[in-house]
Amino acid sequence: MVSTLLTLSVLVLVGIAIWQMTKIFELSQFQTENSQVANDKDNKMNGYLMFAFLIFIYGITIFSLVKYTKVLLPEAASAHGSDYDTLMWISMAIIFFVQTLTQALLHYFAYKYHGKEGRKALFFADNDKLELIWTIIPVITLAGLILYGLYTWTEIMFDNAEDDPITIELYAQQFNWTARYAGEDNVLGDANVRLIDIDNANILGIDTADPNANDDVIVKEIHIPVGRKVHFKMRSQDVLHSAYFPHFRAQMNCVPGMVTEFAFTPTITTADMRQKKEIQDKVKRINAIRAEKAAKGEPNSDPWEFDYVLLCNKICGKSHYNMQMRIVVETEEEYNKWMAEQSTFGKSIAAN
Amino acid sequence: MSGAHDHHHKETFITKYIFSLDHKMISKQYLITGLIMGFIGIAMSLLFRMQLAWPGESFPIFETLLGKWAPGGVMDADVYLALVTIHGTIMVFFVLTAGLSGTFSNLLIPLQIGARDMASGLLNMISYWLFFLSSVIMIISLFVEAGPAAAGWTIYPPLSALPQAQGGSGMGMTLWLVSMAIFIASSLLGSLNYIVTVLNLRTKGMSMTRLPLTIWAFFVTAVIGVVSFPVLLSAALLLIMDRSFGTSFFLSDIFIQGEVLHYQGGSPVLFEHLFWFLGHPEVYIVLLPALGITSEVMSTNARKPIFGYRAMVASILAIAFLSTIVWGHHMFVSGMNPFLGSVFTFTTLLIAIPSAVKAFNYITTLWKGNLQMNPAMLFSIGLVSTFITGGLTGIILGDSTLDINVHDTYFVVAHFHLVMGISALYGLFAGVYHWFPKMYGRMLNKNLGFIHFWITAVCAYGVFFPMHFVGMAGVPRRYYENTAFPMFDDLTDVQILITTFAIIAGFAQLVFVYNFIHSIFYGKPATQNPWKSNTMEWTTPVERIHGNWPGEIPEVHRWAYDYSKTNKDGEYVIPGQDFVPQTVPLQDNEEEMHH
Repeated sequence: MVSTLLTLSVLVLVGIAIWQMTKIFELSQFQTENSQVANDKDNKMNGYLMFAFLIFIYGITIFSLVKYTKVLLPEAASAHGSDYDTLMWISMAIIFFVQTLTQALLHYFAYKYHGKEGRKALFFADNDKLELIWTIIPVITLAGLILYGLYTWTEIMFDNAEDDPITIELYAQQFNWTARYAGEDNVLGDANVRLIDIDNANILGIDTADPNANDDVIVKEIHIPVGRKVHFKMRSQDVLHSAYFPHFRAQMNCVPGMVTEFAFTPTITTADMRQKKEIQDKVKRINAIRAEKAAKGEPNSDPWEFDYVLLCNKICGKSHYNMQMRIVVETEEEYNKWMAEQSTFGKSIAAN
Repeated sequence: MSGAHDHHHKETFITKYIFSLDHKMISKQYLITGLIMGFIGIAMSLLFRMQLAWPGESFPIFETLLGKWAPGGVMDADVYLALVTIHGTIMVFFVLTAGLSGTFSNLLIPLQIGARDMASGLLNMISYWLFFLSSVIMIISLFVEAGPAAAGWTIYPPLSALPQAQGGSGMGMTLWLVSMAIFIASSLLGSLNYIVTVLNLRTKGMSMTRLPLTIWAFFVTAVIGVVSFPVLLSAALLLIMDRSFGTSFFLSDIFIQGEVLHYQGGSPVLFEHLFWFLGHPEVYIVLLPALGITSEVMSTNARKPIFGYRAMVASILAIAFLSTIVWGHHMFVSGMNPFLGSVFTFTTLLIAIPSAVKAFNYITTLWKGNLQMNPAMLFSIGLVSTFITGGLTGIILGDSTLDINVHDTYFVVAHFHLVMGISALYGLFAGVYHWFPKMYGRMLNKNLGFIHFWITAVCAYGVFFPMHFVGMAGVPRRYYENTAFPMFDDLTDVQILITTFAIIAGFAQLVFVYNFIHSIFYGKPATQNPWKSNTMEWTTPVERIHGNWPGEIPEVHRWAYDYSKTNKDGEYVIPGQDFVPQTVPLQDNEEEMHH
């Protein structure tokens, strides 16, 4: 209670201080002139500040690039992900170019042409040629980006039957994920939330009468063999969720009442990813932070090892921020070994 | 029309200040209500920014303001989502729609087209009071037992439909929906009034092609509002039906808290379509008035005509048209057919073209000007800057492919805050600094205006520029804290940097509050035309009389942008004066600007 009062009074005092400072500042202005319309002195000062602001924009851009580039996601770990990254870098390069140029023009003109008594502004109301230039250039640039973008989009989103993907159902609920492999036959058994029977370990509402369901495998961690396409079919039992795989440049919402899909081919195993320099640097950096926390006895401080992870990226309620599942990309042999250890749905139902 | 002011009778306090029919008073009511809502919305953002920078830390201020939602001063995860939701709702609808359009459409439409008042003063008054009522209901919703709406400002069902899914989806969401339904009614009444007034009440000589760009922007904004807001109303009504009357428009196959619900056959994706059919045009409902204000303020203060008037009008119309066919770019990963995604990518990226034209035209307007750096001018230049920075990343988000991995991350938050949040807020400030003399007959203090602008401008970039990196690191928005993912641990210092800038920016707004309140009572009395402007509002007396002009409404003879215009002899059209008001007839040795 005391600290509450203290905080409140500090806030009030800060407010009063600002109020008083502005008042003093304002009073000190009275001697000079008081038309409240900008004069040459104001124009000059703000003109210079405009130029300084341009430098500030460049400064914060360079600062962010230098300091924060390392926190960005590592290279894409999926086949389409590298196309994604290429398109991203092309778009970013165009954006940076246009941003640098237009901000320079805007702020430089604001500085250069700051008002002076007696200066005559140029009456320049129209110029069709100029208008045409800055219509046509964006049209051409955007046409290129649209075509490239749509080409990549089609590659990613439309299925190719020859790929022979592994089918995995991703099942979302507040606030966790479950995965179901289609098993030997690679066909998922039918399911509906109306068939959920928690007491009999049928948490996904799988139709026990469907023979395709028998060999399905339900797990809490996704394993996928490297280089093999995975076809995710997503369901949600309660609210919207979004299956977000940032390392694979993949995302799709999970919608109650319908099945949504996304497919990608992982290209780097978890083990290989852990060997990459950028990942090792990141792990080192983060473990230094966590060691510091551990020394102070704070939570979330045990050492971390890199893993691919699935996040929920559509607001889904209180624990939205902690809805995750580990993803392991491994070699074909490791995958087969892991799969052989899993129990099928048919077996676990029979056991119940 | 000359007799119109005859019937204005003696007014009581109530008819003058509360249930006023006068557009100038209604505009001030909108402004004050919008500003109060704005400060609530901004204060909320500071609270959740503190939680993001110092997750799980105990702040006594949290317990003071949030009570049982912050036991021991540690913010609860539910209230975090509620703050995010109400911040978004308040800023988008109550501040930047009603506060911006409501204020300046009301103030400027009659004054700049030469009308005694809005077409219907009564509808105008009802429009404001409905807005006031909806604001009150939204504020009341903060105090209900299970908390206010917390499903994000987009209130996607089923989260928003099921009290079992989230405490805020009970009474809090009911009040949210009621408040928004009333808000939409208010907005529709206002918009219809603006459209009718612009089409019918222009003074003699004020052809559509002589309208100031402010009026074009307000007019087109009103049209977009009338086209799209009813769709949100229907979405809200259907959601109310699902919530309270057992229908299944948006819900199907739901198992929650151990039981299967009866809903069958509905689709949340349908709601998303209906929501964004308004939701995207809404971005332009917020932005176009700000751009209109910028055009006017920039031209006046550059002492130059706005460059490319025709192209400016054309791009407003193009943006308005395109804005109604791009909503699907919010839904690339919603489960919508990917082919539809391709179509929306195409229409979305097209919108960059008129936007680019506008940006370049603003820059050219500054070129070889004689820039009067009044606070309104600074905010206008600032708007163009954030409009470009924020707009450019739209090229990434509008591209369905690139959206996959940045969708719903902080990249999106950074993008839309710059391009519509900050830009529209700058438009609002530019408008207030520029037309304060017209509203209150006094001037705002310019030096406080400079301080206000420069701190805000630095902080706006300080908050939102590094935020793009947070998004590209894969951090999802609407996370109460990022500690559940060790991969985000090295972003802690960015979060602290962002929050620090946000807090400074928040406190800098107190300079504006002081300036605003103080100047209403003690500001330097304004002259009739302090900014030496051409538009018609500056031909009305400083006293702000009912009916606007004491005698006949003046006739209009030219467009609004004859700044620094010279005649055939190379002299200013009016000797010794670098501006020619719209009411000045064409001079002998002068050619009219054809545009």
